[in-house]
Amino acid sequence: MRLFGEAWAWLTAPEQWSGSGSLPERVGEHLGYTLLALLVSAVVAIPLGYVVGHTGRGRELAVALSGAGRALPSLGLLTVLTLLVGIGNADSAATAVFVVLAVPSVLAGAYAGVENVDAAVTDSARAMGMTSWQVLTRVEAPLGLPLLVGGLRSAALQVIATAVLASYVGLGGLGIYIQRGISLRRYEEMLGGAIAIVLLAVVADAVFALLARIAVRIAGGQGTLSAGPPTEGRS
Amino acid sequence: MTPLRTPRRLAALAAAALLLAACGSGDPLAEPGPTTDGATASGEGTDGPAGTVVVGSQAYYSNEIVAEIYAQVLEDAGFDVERQFQIGQRDVYIAAMENGEVQLLPEYTGNLLQFYDADTEARSSEDVAAALPDALPESLTVLDYAEAQDADSYNVTAEFSAEHGITSLADLAAYEGDITIGGNAELESRPYGPDGLREFYGVDVGFVAIGDSGGPLTKDAIRDGTITMGDIYTADPDLASGDFVTLEDPESMILAQNLVPLLAADLAADLAPVLDPVSAVLTTEELIALNVRSVEEQADAATIATDWLTEQGLLGGTR
Repeated sequence: MRLFGEAWAWLTAPEQWSGSGSLPERVGEHLGYTLLALLVSAVVAIPLGYVVGHTGRGRELAVALSGAGRALPSLGLLTVLTLLVGIGNADSAATAVFVVLAVPSVLAGAYAGVENVDAAVTDSARAMGMTSWQVLTRVEAPLGLPLLVGGLRSAALQVIATAVLASYVGLGGLGIYIQRGISLRRYEEMLGGAIAIVLLAVVADAVFALLARIAVRIAGGQGTLSAGPPTEGRS
Repeated sequence: MTPLRTPRRLAALAAAALLLAACGSGDPLAEPGPTTDGATASGEGTDGPAGTVVVGSQAYYSNEIVAEIYAQVLEDAGFDVERQFQIGQRDVYIAAMENGEVQLLPEYTGNLLQFYDADTEARSSEDVAAALPDALPESLTVLDYAEAQDADSYNVTAEFSAEHGITSLADLAAYEGDITIGGNAELESRPYGPDGLREFYGVDVGFVAIGDSGGPLTKDAIRDGTITMGDIYTADPDLASGDFVTLEDPESMILAQNLVPLLAADLAADLAPVLDPVSAVLTTEELIALNVRSVEEQADAATIATDWLTEQGLLGGTR
């Protein structure tokens, strides 16, 4: 318990909050890598997930490929990629590693959301004369939104936890405190860094919880338009 | 299904518990202590087995080679040896040594001293070695240190050195451009990090944390100019490649890191006659040669150790 007190003292000490390499700067770096990775993985995985969910084809392949990607040890991948592109471009290597980590969750959220829409709903949408594109964009995508947000949520948490690796290739982030704390036996610094990461994850989770609520409302609104209770229950 | 499964699960649990209990009583790590104590106490016989010595190593390939050398030379002298290699952090193996689970491990004098005495002023090989016995806890001691060092060193590219005429840290003050140094995250807080460079050599430097302990990432960063100079250990085979120039340290800012056997104090008298001859011939050049065989030939530690000991005539002496 005393260690937690020391870690708290370390976190709240004024020298942590100003100058170069200060805590806010490290949080900024950490958050920057996380947001960039989420954005890239969303651009890659959401369209892919919608195609898979909408057509019902390629699901096994997508799951296998993205699952295999997630099984790669991140530190090893980061080292190899950084050596490949040169350490001057370490930021792209790190982003790629975090994207590989985030894609499976986002992909699963995207296709599961679309796939789980009741067939009766999509059938009636088609019966109303909607094109395949309209079914996807007006029915399946909005109804699948809660699951998609869930996928983004778990991806964000994984990337926040893994972005400590950025410090291994000269990119800073909150991992600095953990690496340095272990080597110098400054455990209050190590724990302080870890607490900062946990707080970041909790805040991110809260933001996504809010987004999830909004997503459910959107999906619910859409649901009453085309179907009844079954869709409500689902979302 | 459920009523059938529950008893089975219970049985499995019970079996697991039994297994755990069995492991607990036969803890392999707890055994060597008493055995060796007994052997040391009796200490009879000139060439009979003198008990089991547990040799550990850091999770660093070069350290494992030296640990293997210790292990083989002890086996040759009639000791039973158990290997506990690749123990990660110093915290972990020092704790294991203090409670007798590991009894011998190759250490580096400077880091070992700083572990026990963070504020030490000692820098040179002699001063560091002289300060060690007082700093160590009573249960641990060190034998003679080897000339071989694996210390931190600052390295620039050969082109940078030639272009600006910089071969020593003392030359840096006259350099006009910005200097960024790179190394493990903790270097930023070490006495020979940015603060030391300012204090001893009057240069202000930026810092980039690169976590591979002077490995390929750090070397890449020096080559492509991400950092001006990087911290690489002096026994690194790549330093002989000619790509880099290691800057001299005329003020002795950087802590000496001689290889030294760290061991349980009650074994010192028995092991010194076996290990001292090894330390006597282990120079930095020899250490680099050992590392080269590991890095370039991918030879395993045991083969490298046997070849080296044979070459040095350190095997077969007691038979």
